[in-house]
Amino acid sequence: MRHEFTSSSSPADRRLNALFRHLATASTESRTAVAFCPTSGFHGDSVFSLVVRAPEDPILGVTVAYNKDPSPVKLNLGVGAYRTEEGKPLVLSVVRKAEQMLLNDRSRVKEYLPIVGISDFNKLSAKLIFGADSPAIRENRVTTVQCLSGTGSLRVGAEFMARHYHQKTIYIPQPTWGNHPKIFTLAGLSVKTYRYYDPTTRGLNFQGLLEDLGSAPSGSIVLLHACAHNPTGVDPTLQQWEQIRQLMRSKALLPFFDSAYQGFASGNLDQDAQSIRMFVADGGECFVAQSYAKNMGLYGERVGALSVVCKTADVASRVESQLKLVIRPMFSNPPIHGASIVATILKDSNMFNEWTIELKAMADRIISMREQLFDALRTRGTPGDWSHIIKQIGMFTFTGLNSKQVEFMTREYHIYMTSDGRISMAGLSSKTVPHLADAIHAAVTRMS
Amino acid sequence: MASSLLSLASATPSAPLSFHGIREGKSNLGGINKEKTSTFIKAKSFGRICMVVASNVSRFEGITMAPPDPILGVSEAFKADNHELKLNLGVGAYRTEELQPYVLNVVKKADKLLLEKGENREYLPIEGLAAFNKVTAQLLFGADKPVIKQQRVATVQGLSGTGSLRLAAALIERYFPGAKVLISSPTWGNHKNIFNDAGVPWSEYRYYDPKTVGLDFEGMIADIKAAPEGSFILLHGCAHNPTGIDPTPEQWEIIADVIQEKNHVPFFDIAYQGFASGSLDADAASVRMFVARGMEVIAAQSYSKNLGLYAERIGAINVVCSSPEAAARVKSQLKRIARPMYSNPPVHGARIVANIVGDSALFNEWNTEMEMMAGRIKNVRHKLFDSLSSKDKSGKDWSFVLKQIGMFSFTGLNKAQCDNMTNKWHVYMTKDGRISLAGLSLAKCEYLADAIIDSYHNVS
Repeated sequence: MRHEFTSSSSPADRRLNALFRHLATASTESRTAVAFCPTSGFHGDSVFSLVVRAPEDPILGVTVAYNKDPSPVKLNLGVGAYRTEEGKPLVLSVVRKAEQMLLNDRSRVKEYLPIVGISDFNKLSAKLIFGADSPAIRENRVTTVQCLSGTGSLRVGAEFMARHYHQKTIYIPQPTWGNHPKIFTLAGLSVKTYRYYDPTTRGLNFQGLLEDLGSAPSGSIVLLHACAHNPTGVDPTLQQWEQIRQLMRSKALLPFFDSAYQGFASGNLDQDAQSIRMFVADGGECFVAQSYAKNMGLYGERVGALSVVCKTADVASRVESQLKLVIRPMFSNPPIHGASIVATILKDSNMFNEWTIELKAMADRIISMREQLFDALRTRGTPGDWSHIIKQIGMFTFTGLNSKQVEFMTREYHIYMTSDGRISMAGLSSKTVPHLADAIHAAVTRMS
Repeated sequence: MASSLLSLASATPSAPLSFHGIREGKSNLGGINKEKTSTFIKAKSFGRICMVVASNVSRFEGITMAPPDPILGVSEAFKADNHELKLNLGVGAYRTEELQPYVLNVVKKADKLLLEKGENREYLPIEGLAAFNKVTAQLLFGADKPVIKQQRVATVQGLSGTGSLRLAAALIERYFPGAKVLISSPTWGNHKNIFNDAGVPWSEYRYYDPKTVGLDFEGMIADIKAAPEGSFILLHGCAHNPTGIDPTPEQWEIIADVIQEKNHVPFFDIAYQGFASGSLDADAASVRMFVARGMEVIAAQSYSKNLGLYAERIGAINVVCSSPEAAARVKSQLKRIARPMYSNPPVHGARIVANIVGDSALFNEWNTEMEMMAGRIKNVRHKLFDSLSSKDKSGKDWSFVLKQIGMFSFTGLNKAQCDNMTNKWHVYMTKDGRISLAGLSLAKCEYLADAIIDSYHNVS
């Protein structure tokens, strides 16, 4: 008996709906006698007999499938995790250095962090994204809470909005990261989309975006990818961002920024934060979810932060107290390890500089992969305009390949990628670009 | 370049909705300019007047300040107190005799080994570290037991006890709509928050008997019997929090009987395995007895206390099913709940646990340190009991201090008496009368006894 989640209702409503549905179906089921008791199976039957097998997560499932493949030429371009030129995961040197420092510090303990996490980490994260001279920070109008990477920050922010904000609809770009809709739905928001990607130009559908945001009810929440849009790699220009800002402020739309690639997109931390800073500069409010998974390579440590920029310091402190009420019943307090590493690096100017160098190197390698792939397709005379490969930014390229072509590439060439045609450039190397180019060429010429 | 970004002059929150002049130029960006301008300035960059109706009032103006967490807020209050005799018996975090936090030696070793190994930081699978999931289920259910060999346990790494409970609560909400969870009265303060936020209805079963400062067993059984068939019964596997009062083995059997009769699902919260008695196996006896009966059981585990890994947030949710096939299905649905919550769990704590439990030398070291921690708490209980008995001339029976087990003791003090403990004696504890013996030293037992006796007799 699948419980369909009604996204726009309160927890109390959902319970009532569930109960109602349970009672309504009870009378029509053949097992009427036991239907009222949700957990009584027949003798020997499992209490969980009605629990169906969930499909693999579409993004993470790509890696699962990849791991199963015995082919020596297989290529994993699914999950957005950085790989070196040798195809290996990378732990930044500055991260190892920070860990050694933490280990050497005899005074360190493993006591519960405060519900909002490490104070230094929170302050430094806010500085990183908003700029050290940000008026919002100076005026104490920002509350920042440590969360479980990007996902966790988005979820906590969304839960907060579902409880305290009068508008419970969030507009997400079409397309967006596969996990976004579920995060918001489960938090209790209702999800709508705004036009974003234009398949004909493989660029931004700016007109569509403005129209859709323009017709959104006043006060609606709008999800914005701060930079390096996932999955398309298509970002608005600064001029376009300015127009988006003006439109949103004129309609009192509430921005919720997802910043997962600061520094990783262009190689420059400040540049990648410009869209956010533009919004903060006008004195308005916004939410920002920050992730250190990619830019610090701390994927599995789950380090991130949710910042809420408010009109006043007083509001910010009340918002923080309510964020704690969301966090406590979810995981009580956040994990210490990854955030300690980040705080150590951000607060030490030498380590910070080292980090920016390693970060730029990662971003540069990805840009180089883009150029190499583009050249390889051109050399092969692959039909179509592939310039979007070098125009798009960040870890991913939206190739424009359809799901049949993707399936073909997996089957014949052992290329693993998500079925929407997204490839992770971070998973490519100079050695493997030719193989991918061959696969794309074959897919385009043999399948449509 | 954004050289001529438009900015709105900031305004005081009490001002009504009004039009604002627009100031341009980078130098004014972020300037602390509280002047309210009512003239419209032509914006340079776009050559047109840009009027934006700016609300001075925050969207969140109506949000009230939430009260501090009743448990975690105690430590915050303690920190703010400068009195030299202050004592923090709030949070259940182990302290040494010197009242210092304690990182287990075996954990320090494991941390060092991890750094030396230099493993990568890739995303864990949604269900967590496979090596961790394997050893954690073995630790709880017994590596040699049929349930493990038959692969009937769905184990998913969770964010310590809280996170694991939350995953299970979400599973109940989704697959057992309308089913209730019964929680003990009293129970850990965060349990009800978890079920509330997950959308799971709950009610209480009688547990603590203030008259005996012991277990109201008849009340407990009656309430479990009276619950709608197919309810989920939340049980503390050992070292009940906050009372420290556990059922006897005979009582556990009767509890299991009633649960089976009513087709309820036992839902264990195991936060103190090994910490209560000092023995991992002894503390798992209640859960294992239920499983041995062939029952399907949910069990949330935490390594916060027994491995001192509080801040690493490492635990697991286990669902014991009647078949490996059901376990696979349940695991897949737990993953579906975790993914939109935090995607995948943190790797560090999981590796520490997997390395310690998976290495026999480290595992033995751990057992020794755990016996030491549990032993210190038992000693403190004895000293407190002795102090109370010798100082209190009223003849009140303080033996409940000895009978209770685990980190906590339920003193039987009411809220006013607890306030007296804090305000007069600078003893910080939760308002339900719970003290954390882990935060008590032998040296402070007499002082605490004085405080308890005073509060009990002189405050109502």
